[in-house]
Amino acid sequence: MTARAGTLTGDRVYRIHWLPGTDTLRGTCHCGAERIAEEPVELWEWLLGHPRGHQSAETVAPAPRSPARPAVPA
Amino acid sequence: MPFARDQWYVAAYSSEVGRDLLARTVLGEPLVLYRSEAGEALALADRCVHRRYPLSESRLDGDNIVCGYHGFTYDPTGACVFVPGQQRIPRTARVAAYPVVELDTLVWVWIGDRDRADPAAVPRAPWLDDPRYTVVRGMAPLNARYGLLVDNLMDLSHETYLHGGYIGTPEVANTPITTEVDEERGIVYVSRHMDDAECPPFYARSTGIQGRITRWQDIEYRPPCLYLLHSRIAPQGVYPPAEGADSDAFHAEIVYAITPSTEHTTYDFWAVARDFAIDDESVSEYLHQSNHTVVMQDVQALNILEQVIAAEPERYQELSINIDTGGLAARRLLARMVGSGTVGAPL
Repeated sequence: MTARAGTLTGDRVYRIHWLPGTDTLRGTCHCGAERIAEEPVELWEWLLGHPRGHQSAETVAPAPRSPARPAVPA
Repeated sequence: MPFARDQWYVAAYSSEVGRDLLARTVLGEPLVLYRSEAGEALALADRCVHRRYPLSESRLDGDNIVCGYHGFTYDPTGACVFVPGQQRIPRTARVAAYPVVELDTLVWVWIGDRDRADPAAVPRAPWLDDPRYTVVRGMAPLNARYGLLVDNLMDLSHETYLHGGYIGTPEVANTPITTEVDEERGIVYVSRHMDDAECPPFYARSTGIQGRITRWQDIEYRPPCLYLLHSRIAPQGVYPPAEGADSDAFHAEIVYAITPSTEHTTYDFWAVARDFAIDDESVSEYLHQSNHTVVMQDVQALNILEQVIAAEPERYQELSINIDTGGLAARRLLARMVGSGTVGAPL
């Protein structure tokens, strides 16, 4: 046991894990959507923009300059 | 930076509020705090309506404050009950009375619309008033905006560089963090769990642990004011049991109240509550002295930073990296409380 996966248990909890041994961050929304990023500002913007861009629960690579898929209207 | 009004803030420790008049300025509002003869903590606006003389420079007559300049006298509700030389008391002769909740040895005041004050919303720090814990505490006035102290406390990687030899070791800056935000409850949680770390003097001398440790830091920030650091220290490789008490570890609950005073000054209330060596006065003296030193290292650094920021052009573009994940989340919740914002909003 090295770390608890998460400690807050509310219905609207956003999480960012800094993946051990890497410089990579993994953001997880309460809706199940995930995204990998290399810095936290952009990742928070994406997480807190829920539900915009959260339509898939699959892990999404770092955002390219243009959206990979159309955003869902908020 | 703007203030978050309509919130509870720590104005003083319970032990500071008595039958002497105590002046504190919270969110730019001058307050006078005192305790009634029945023991109730009270907070009034610290300006006589007549010529603005500070009531904190006055005297108590029972539960009333008699202004030290011309004798205007105010009851605990803030109503003026006496003016000099005349029978009629002007209808507007009243100072604001602030909602007060005294809990966990802290005196909380509500700054904002008093009709919105909910005593049940005061965040808790129960270790400060629990006989199973021994507490050392202090308060350091900071000549810096409160956001700088929030940034400081939300990113403990600075311990390695600013507090080396006290609480910082290389593992703090080198260990990845997990950050969580509970949007509905308004909580930021940052976990840094070090499995195999050097034991800093702060814990080596207070716990007696020899050798390396497993060190957990779990930050729970309840913006705007209350910051809790749940610190677990154990011999390396010792983890909590699946059930039952975590009795092979040492626990310190480190509590900060971050209370904005003015736009560029902050009250830095700090306390360390421990569940070990609770009767050992020498440990208390050591932890008080050590934590005071650590706090003053922060104060010195943040006072410098305030001067730098005050002198720089607006919209300075700072850089955030992984260690700032928790601090960015805290900024965002604070920005929401003051009615603006985005992640990474400037200080």
